[in-house]
Amino acid sequence: METLVAALTLQAGYNAALVTLGAACLGVAAGTGGTFLFLRKRALVSDAVAHATLPGICLAFIAMALLGGDGRSLPGLLAGSAITSVAGLLAIQWMVGRTRLTEDTAIGAVLSVFFGFGVVLLTVIQNLEVGRQAGLESFLLGSTAGMLFQDAVIVAAGGALVAGLAFLLHRPMILVAFDPDFAAASGIDVRRTDLAMMALVTAVTVVGLKIVGLVLVVALLIIPPVTARFWTERASAIAPAAGALGGLAGYLGAALSASAPALPTGPVIVLVATAFFLVSLLIAPARGVLARLVAHRRFQARVHRRQGLLALARSEPIHDRLTLTLLRREGLIRPDGEPTEEGEREAERARQDERRWAAIRRQHQHTAQSERYDGLTPITEVLTHDEIAAIDREIGAQPMGAT
Amino acid sequence: MGAEFVALSLVPMTIGVLAAIACALPGNFLILRRQALIGDAISHVVLPGIVAAFLVTGSVSSGPMLIGAAGAALLAVLLIEAVKRLGRIEPGAAMGVVFTALFAAGVLLLEQTDTSGVHLDVDHALMGNLESLIWFDGTGWASLLDPAALATLPHELWRIAATCLAITALTMVFWRPLALSTFDEGFAASLGVPTRAVSLGLVIAAALAAVAAFDAVGSIIVIAMFICPPATARLMTNRLGHQVLWSVAIAALSAVLGYVAAGYGPLWLGHDHAVSAAGMIATVSGLLLAMACLLGPHRHRVGEGPAPA
Repeated sequence: METLVAALTLQAGYNAALVTLGAACLGVAAGTGGTFLFLRKRALVSDAVAHATLPGICLAFIAMALLGGDGRSLPGLLAGSAITSVAGLLAIQWMVGRTRLTEDTAIGAVLSVFFGFGVVLLTVIQNLEVGRQAGLESFLLGSTAGMLFQDAVIVAAGGALVAGLAFLLHRPMILVAFDPDFAAASGIDVRRTDLAMMALVTAVTVVGLKIVGLVLVVALLIIPPVTARFWTERASAIAPAAGALGGLAGYLGAALSASAPALPTGPVIVLVATAFFLVSLLIAPARGVLARLVAHRRFQARVHRRQGLLALARSEPIHDRLTLTLLRREGLIRPDGEPTEEGEREAERARQDERRWAAIRRQHQHTAQSERYDGLTPITEVLTHDEIAAIDREIGAQPMGAT
Repeated sequence: MGAEFVALSLVPMTIGVLAAIACALPGNFLILRRQALIGDAISHVVLPGIVAAFLVTGSVSSGPMLIGAAGAALLAVLLIEAVKRLGRIEPGAAMGVVFTALFAAGVLLLEQTDTSGVHLDVDHALMGNLESLIWFDGTGWASLLDPAALATLPHELWRIAATCLAITALTMVFWRPLALSTFDEGFAASLGVPTRAVSLGLVIAAALAAVAAFDAVGSIIVIAMFICPPATARLMTNRLGHQVLWSVAIAALSAVLGYVAAGYGPLWLGHDHAVSAAGMIATVSGLLLAMACLLGPHRHRVGEGPAPA
């Protein structure tokens, strides 16, 4: 517990603090950039981008080792990974644009072939007669243990850089994601924004390699935007919310993992983000499972109450249990099923409402209003008093109190 | 092509071919249904499945592992469906959420467990171990007729052969409902085809193939074989039956070429170490797909590009 507090307050050592800050920045950038992918329904493109980094890492290692340098220099490896992930991205676009294969097929093909080629190169490296070759596998799942100080600086600085980039680009990106035509009409270059978005996704992936690894960096791009979507219906609010959720997951996850052994950073960050997702899935207002359940029950109760009242008005027996319970609870019927005084009043009101609806649905001049008939909405919400009075005259109804 | 080939290469190559075919068959229908990435999702959740099985049984014997992996695959499919429906999230994102979360849980479990004494690691699940499936008693072609030697064949061979056979049989038996519901779900439903059951059955068959194949060949080949051979075949023909046959041929070709290139390629280039066969098979299938993208007679969408001869 003490170590967790220390890690959360960045007191758990210099490297740990840098990694935590870097993970937070990475989370912010991934959440913001991922929102764009998610809204464009291309979330899994990031999976291909991430897997396509592996051959780049290996090629960079081989090149640097053959040139006599240190094969494990992080900037070099990251540069290599960026090159092949962009190549993977171009391959997807080429396949979708030039052939009849669909995007999911192209994503899967690029993902598996690039990754497979990367694995071939990994075995080539194992057989190379150069030293210090162990550790490339750590990019698969990320590894912050035993990280060099300058690597931690690169991770933190890279995280800050992509977060800044995401912040600068988020307005045009959201506009394009939400409504490309409108964006184009307002003078935004859609193609370039798309490219910038892909560049951002690539940057997030590359920076994320060291912390969460290439298999899991996808999670940071997908889970926070999906989570944010539960909380808002406004496109402009999703990106900041996703950025905040991603940043929080990165910060908490990295701190948690620094506080105990055998808690690998990447998976812990992803699981923290997943926890946010699950909580949102359950309790988010409007879109959450609980909220929708409550809304459904409320609607069900309204339907049963209305149908029950109409049955009372026609003096028909009610057999449905839910209807009986609802009417009894409101004091509209007695325990033996006979209507109370208030029940009779309400039933008459419901019947009158229904008759007025029936009348306007017969008349053509009320088309717009009569289309709102759903058997639940009181007619007083749709028509003015004068209109209702006119209908009452027509159907010869007795005007009732202030309905 | 003598005794050495039989002992060292024949079995891995056969396993590779069978695994490739078992994955490519359901892959044909998955790519036509735009569900290609189900294979990706399934092969990621195999890891948490085997870790969970290890935690429960404490052994690395293959029975529990396979059950664990199949259970995880089924769980993942159900979870994806649940997230899609409950959260009203588009399929791609729902898939991404589920398989990354399960994979992360698997890695965490693995790190938390003491598995130092057993052979259970992430690299193995990703890359497979095709090269190690050696037939020690295979001393020559004559061993193929020797019951004693045949009894020592690696058990992975029998498992993948049975799976491949089962998937082939299922594809043939359910050909009509599969084809109908893949191309026109509404029409199939109106004919009384249980389209939801067909859809679920297809995913389960894919999971079965993935689980049986991953142990021997790793998850990369599984994803590559689900997608690349059927996609290549799709660019070669307009008929479903021909596409499936093409995909089987291409899968087998990828496996053989990939295995040979991995095992003997470096030798021909003057190096004395083989490279990863699983990775090479995926790479070869990708090269074949790239060639089909450039030259395949049916590579264009209908109405675009020059009409095929």
